[in-house]
Amino acid sequence: MLAKRIIPCLDVKDGRVVKGTNFLNLKDAGDPVEIAALYDGLGADELVFLDITASHENRNIILDVVRKTAEEVFMPLTVGGGIRTIDDIRRLLNAGADKVSINTAAVKDAEFVTKSARRFGSQCIVVAIDAKRVKGNNDRTQWEVFIHGGRTPTGLDVIQWAREVESRGAGEILLTSMDCDGTKDGYDVELNRTVSESLNIPIVASGGAGKLEHFYDVFTRGKADAALAASIFHYREITIHEVKEYLKKKGILVRNK
Amino acid sequence: MIAIVDYGMGNLRSVEKGFERFGFDVMVTDNPDDIKSTDKLVLPGVGAFNDAMDGLRQRKLIGPIVDFISSGRPFLGICLGLQLLFSKGYEDGEHAGLNIIPGKVVRFNFSGNGTKEKLKIPHMGWNQIVFRKDANPILKNVPHDAYMYFVHSYYVCPEDKDIIATETEYGAYFTSMIWHKNIFATQFHPEKSQQCGLTMLENFGNL
Repeated sequence: MLAKRIIPCLDVKDGRVVKGTNFLNLKDAGDPVEIAALYDGLGADELVFLDITASHENRNIILDVVRKTAEEVFMPLTVGGGIRTIDDIRRLLNAGADKVSINTAAVKDAEFVTKSARRFGSQCIVVAIDAKRVKGNNDRTQWEVFIHGGRTPTGLDVIQWAREVESRGAGEILLTSMDCDGTKDGYDVELNRTVSESLNIPIVASGGAGKLEHFYDVFTRGKADAALAASIFHYREITIHEVKEYLKKKGILVRNK
Repeated sequence: MIAIVDYGMGNLRSVEKGFERFGFDVMVTDNPDDIKSTDKLVLPGVGAFNDAMDGLRQRKLIGPIVDFISSGRPFLGICLGLQLLFSKGYEDGEHAGLNIIPGKVVRFNFSGNGTKEKLKIPHMGWNQIVFRKDANPILKNVPHDAYMYFVHSYYVCPEDKDIIATETEYGAYFTSMIWHKNIFATQFHPEKSQQCGLTMLENFGNL
């Protein structure tokens, strides 16, 4: 049966990994290619690069990073951040990315999801959703979609938006809880379960991982298909190997190398 | 020389790099003459069945690929490169494939199969292969319960069950690899499956 996936995420700025550079025994701790190879050795199931390069003229650097990573590491690679056009996607896929993650550009023009899925196939189109809890009618919990790295509210309901991008051909949802992100208090289990039960495509849970139990919770009660984490892996608070051993003992199917 | 067919369907770089890692001579090409003259041929690809057939047709590659396979030289299909070998695909209507392997390509359908857990489509991630044929040269040194990386919504149903090399369980068992004479083809991506997958590429290169 299909294993639950553990996915480390690297924030890359101007071609350098910007946080979590205290790995031991690295020649160059800011080199995304070297860190990707390290995670590969540690049993990561996929890798995500989030390109947070601000200046327009440096935006091509990520292509070079992807190219070099794809030469070294033979595992699925997703790249997100600043993707706006079909041509952006084409260049990333040609450089060696397997999937691209679209966020703001999808909200601004939902037709972009349809076009990219039709052009490149659903399997490589991930829609990233930044979700924040809001009070709905009758005090029912709802989540609102935010864009621009979480700075701008959109008024869109997360469940409705997720359903829409699924119908437009997205192959996967990368679901980040803005409430939990950075807290290390656990994933938003309710958010993940609600979205996962509403959709037929896989959900990658993101935001809030701090302890081993959090992974168990989001896979069982949260019904996520994959779990993404950044800082706990970067700062070696928990290793991917520990997560997998823990999950295996608790009866969750994970891939052992 | 190993030739990888470029017909506009997805990332070919990992396949190329995977072979280069073992020192094999490899080229990515859409030239029919390269396909005619190569020792080994790889047909990769992700995306939609009919777009892929169109891509092959436009580049005038269908004849050369069919001829290559009937010549008996080693052929490796990956993902869409497995599905295209079949008679018919049912992605967005019914479309003719290369018709080298009798059978069809159909979408996963889990309605009413009684599984407790809801199964997502695409089938995306790491799943295990179960060997159904002995002495498969491509699976030499690959463990019997190896995890491979999958991403697909459709799967192949060969009429001749004897060509099924591996199966994988997702709701039910489906064909995850075929082996028929010189034809090897996988639903999963060896080039994305870390060491187990790289071993398969090395085995193919060594045929």
